[in-house]
Amino acid sequence: MPSLATLVLSDARFPGGGHVHSGGLEEAVARALVTGVGDLGTFLHGRLRTAGLVAASFAAAAAVAAGSAEPCWAALDAELDARTPSAAQRDASRAQGRGTLRAARASWPSPVLDALVAAHPRPHHPLLVGAVVGIAGGDPVEAAQCVAYLAVSGPASAAVRLLGLDPIAVNAAIVAMAPTVDEVVALAVAAADRAPADLPAPGAPMLDLLAQSHVRHHREQVRLFAS
Amino acid sequence: MRPEDHVGHGHGHLVTFDPTETEPDHHDTPPTHGRAVRIGIGGPVGSGKTALVAALARSLADRVRLAVVTNDIYTTEDADFLRRNAVLPPDRVEAVQTGCCPHTAIRDDITANLDAVETLEERFGDLDLVLVESGGDNLTAVFSRGLVDRQIFVVDVAGGDKVPRKGGPGVTTADLLVINKIDLAALVGADLGVMTSDAHRMRGELPVIAQSLVHDPGATDVGEWVLAQVGAVRAAA
Repeated sequence: MPSLATLVLSDARFPGGGHVHSGGLEEAVARALVTGVGDLGTFLHGRLRTAGLVAASFAAAAAVAAGSAEPCWAALDAELDARTPSAAQRDASRAQGRGTLRAARASWPSPVLDALVAAHPRPHHPLLVGAVVGIAGGDPVEAAQCVAYLAVSGPASAAVRLLGLDPIAVNAAIVAMAPTVDEVVALAVAAADRAPADLPAPGAPMLDLLAQSHVRHHREQVRLFAS
Repeated sequence: MRPEDHVGHGHGHLVTFDPTETEPDHHDTPPTHGRAVRIGIGGPVGSGKTALVAALARSLADRVRLAVVTNDIYTTEDADFLRRNAVLPPDRVEAVQTGCCPHTAIRDDITANLDAVETLEERFGDLDLVLVESGGDNLTAVFSRGLVDRQIFVVDVAGGDKVPRKGGPGVTTADLLVINKIDLAALVGADLGVMTSDAHRMRGELPVIAQSLVHDPGATDVGEWVLAQVGAVRAAA
């Protein structure tokens, strides 16, 4: 049974700052790469198998680390940095990590959070999610499920707002991804006990470029989301 | 990224190959006294929030150490206005992107705004006041008490003299209601007497200020109210 912490962290109403991030979706919309529910599904599928798998793997590993005597937070943080070549994506991940940390300190106070923050003052978002799930007694599966779901639910919500898509159709598109979510979660959990350097590292060059382009366009024109 | 941030990680972070790499802020002055007093300024689109912020920035600049966070839907629009008009030095204005949901960013999930306020506090260390201007929104939008200490709701006569009567949490609960652009009342057929009496009826004891920035570019009455709140919040802290 999932812990309450996992449900809270995956709720769009969780006040961790997630609602201002689109995961590259806004830039994809601006370039007419995503125009409707059909190509949104394709975008989300690609994101889940790449950025989603990396994030889910680190969340699962963080849930393991939260229960370990000597958690390797600095190594996990550095390895996630290394798997995130886009500076804009690193900023987006750390911004959501900072926001989640603020809420976590009030809801799940723990020395585990202090140790995580000692490694970096603005930890990556998947590490925070994994740490909180671990603190609350949840297992790596929950942490991976939560982060894999967030990897698609955030951009999907952005698509509803930016394109005026039917939210019922978009919700159905997310639910239809269940087999892929399960696959990604299984891969992430299978790797959770490995050394940080050996965690999965699939790349998504298009998402990296969209993230960088998003930031550049925001300086020149307007972008409504932070990423 | 500043190399010293990563000394001790032992993970090769001293070298960066990324010319675009950014850290959120290069100022790291710790706050020297308690946090700045935070006052939210909300209200419908076009009611004059940014003009009020600009007027306050001008008239209060010599009296309090001030910074501004803007949440305009087009984010940089208001920030650029404030910077272009030399109201505030550019680094005293932070712009927040709200993901198409200006009310969410000031009420349900205040993370982005808290980050912006804290960034300004860390940058300057000795701020007295941070004004948080919301993006234009509807009559139900109010600031979270987790984000601001006091809030001002701005409506204007050109939006129609029925607005105060319509109520909503902005009109009924804001710490100050400003009825703006009263110089236009006659031109748009708005009955200012109806607006102010409706406003007082909806708000009970809470204050209402009717003003025109054409007649009073310094927003004197609102400025005095703001200074009084800064003192009151500080005294209660």
